[in-house]
Amino acid sequence: MNKISIIIKREYLSRVRKKSFIIMTLLGPVLMASIWVIPLYLASLSDEKKTIEVVDETGIFAPKFKNTKEFTFVPVEVDIQTAKSNFYLSGDYALLYIPQTQLSLPTTGTLYSKHQPSLDVKSYIREVMKKEVERMKLEASGLQPDLLKSIKTGIKINTIKIDDKGNEEKSFTEISMVLGIFSGIIIYMFIFMFAAQVMRGVIEEKTSRIVEIIVSSVRPFQLMMGKIIGVALVGLTQFLLWVFLTLVIVTGFQLSFAGGETLTGQEKLYVESSKLYNEDQLSEFSEKLNQEDDLNIQLLEAVRSVNYAEMIGAFLFFFLAGYLLYAALFAAIGSAVDSEADTQQFMLPITIPLILSLVMSQYIITNPDGPVAFWLSMIPFTSPVIMMMRIPFGVPYYQLIASMAILILAFLGATWLAGKIYRTGILMYGKKVSYREIWKWLKYN
Amino acid sequence: MLEARHITKQFSGHLALKDVDIEVPAGSVFGLLGPNGAGKTTLIRIINRITAPDKGELFLNGHPLSQDDVLKIGYLPEERGLYKKMKVGEQAVYLAQLKGMNKTDANKRLKEWFEKFDILPWWNRKVEELSKGMQQKIQFIVTVMHRPQLLIFDEPFSGFDPINVNLLKDEILNLRDQGATVIFSTHNMASVEELCDHIALIDHAEKILDGKVADIKEAFKENVWEVVYMSSVTPIEKVIPRDFSVIRSIAVNGHTQTRIALPKGASPNQLLKWVIAEFEVTGFTEVLPTMNDIFISQVNRKKNRHE
Repeated sequence: MNKISIIIKREYLSRVRKKSFIIMTLLGPVLMASIWVIPLYLASLSDEKKTIEVVDETGIFAPKFKNTKEFTFVPVEVDIQTAKSNFYLSGDYALLYIPQTQLSLPTTGTLYSKHQPSLDVKSYIREVMKKEVERMKLEASGLQPDLLKSIKTGIKINTIKIDDKGNEEKSFTEISMVLGIFSGIIIYMFIFMFAAQVMRGVIEEKTSRIVEIIVSSVRPFQLMMGKIIGVALVGLTQFLLWVFLTLVIVTGFQLSFAGGETLTGQEKLYVESSKLYNEDQLSEFSEKLNQEDDLNIQLLEAVRSVNYAEMIGAFLFFFLAGYLLYAALFAAIGSAVDSEADTQQFMLPITIPLILSLVMSQYIITNPDGPVAFWLSMIPFTSPVIMMMRIPFGVPYYQLIASMAILILAFLGATWLAGKIYRTGILMYGKKVSYREIWKWLKYN
Repeated sequence: MLEARHITKQFSGHLALKDVDIEVPAGSVFGLLGPNGAGKTTLIRIINRITAPDKGELFLNGHPLSQDDVLKIGYLPEERGLYKKMKVGEQAVYLAQLKGMNKTDANKRLKEWFEKFDILPWWNRKVEELSKGMQQKIQFIVTVMHRPQLLIFDEPFSGFDPINVNLLKDEILNLRDQGATVIFSTHNMASVEELCDHIALIDHAEKILDGKVADIKEAFKENVWEVVYMSSVTPIEKVIPRDFSVIRSIAVNGHTQTRIALPKGASPNQLLKWVIAEFEVTGFTEVLPTMNDIFISQVNRKKNRHE
């Protein structure tokens, strides 16, 4: 036992003292924080309004374009050829041309611009024109637009989860999706990164030929576990430092830059990202302002509704257990080969489930309670990533416990198996190893 | 000191050890000999409890060998190395701790050894900066620093320069004089002659010969004598009977050294009488077989028996 702790200490210290570890630890939070901070910063820059010139030969639409936060619409009273040549000389953003039509109502516009125009401006123009044409059609058919307005009803669906005890809780699908994908990716990254470190460590011991000196003092299993645990602690250290430093950077940025804003950077991000999911709301410009306030309140509520303790607890568990499972298998692979180049054939079958679970993420978050999500969150090779994607949506406790129990059993089994392979593998030098060979090792004493 | 009884080990496809018995007396330097692939390293790994035997038992000082006993063993494997990126001193202390020493003792004793081997200035360097010879000195030190009762060296001299070989030989004998028992696996027969008092010869998974070096030589001697005399024009064959065959004859500085194989039961006294009558004899000794001869003849005999 004491020997394992000596090994853990060496594995831990030799890694956290490495330059690459220190650089990663410092760079990680900067990158993560920049995800929050850069949109904020950019938002503060984009105050400059873009001017869009409008040549409206029909004369119907030009007055309908209202200036928005980002765009100013300027009607120009010249023919299109002149407007075009003027436009190229001006610094304006785009030139909208709506040609006169003879028989039908005008339904096409052309947007000239020096750069690819943003989707926002396109959909805004489309929406304004559509509404106007629709209004005209309605009038032509004898219906009063006011009547239609009174018919038009905004429906809001509040989603509320009821748990077993009848407690109600508001749910926010978009937030859950973002959180699910995010934590799935992070856990995938951590498992892969640190399990691969274990493998590299084993290969290093094997190629430097120190392994036989060490296993003459400690059991191979102790050496393997010492390495796995030592690297796990490195992973935890890095994760906690990342969380801590990211918070420090984000908070520091808010204090110095965003000043008195009520929304935190994180919440602002959700505002930004939620726009993508709410394009309908975006298009209704007149109602937008009211709705935005409403949205902000909703988002604040949503951000607060996340059970962070559960998320972090689950993350730590699934990271550790998933890592232990994969690290044991990676250690076995490392022991069987002579160099990293030889690991491919063994890595592939083990990493496919892990990659698959990431590929499936889009499907999982759209259907987090479906049978595919359920089974993948039970299979230990995919459960760490898939479970983390499902947890923000709420997972029944019996499923969570079952998944955890299976994962624990799997890593115990994998460790036992890996121990047997490792014990023989580390002393096999200069031999190309096949699956059959490894199968035989399992049967040695 | 160490006894191995009926050790058998099977790997997929081949038998590595078949019912091998060895007995290493306390305070001896025990040579474990055999051609490549004979099973020496497997046996050594079994003694170190790195590999488990399929059958058989090991006893250390009369007790069955247990995991704790590995602390009483110092093992220098044939395939050996160090962490390249780790500092020399730190690494040596780490390996000492794994052998059950505490940090302070390890530090103190390691510094003494480093001093002795002239590598103390390298204490804080990384291993990769050291020459191969220095790395081997460190490997030797970490093998012996915890003062094990049993030392096992697998091909210890491979890759050493002659000066370091002598340094190592002296240290090995030194440790034996201080009470350690040494097992020494090699196919370098010259060092066996020099160091070992007991040997076991393993070939194709089986032990084919063991015992005291002196006894083995006695058993394998073939009644060959060497006579040295002042050179003369008369060939020596003239004065001895046909069944006394001359193996070789070399003249050096006016002295001729001739090896003669005597027929079974013939007395060396008779030979000496004939030679003395004709030549000025300056030396007369029995020629014992070298370990090299015995090794080769035994391994070949086994091979012929197999064929």
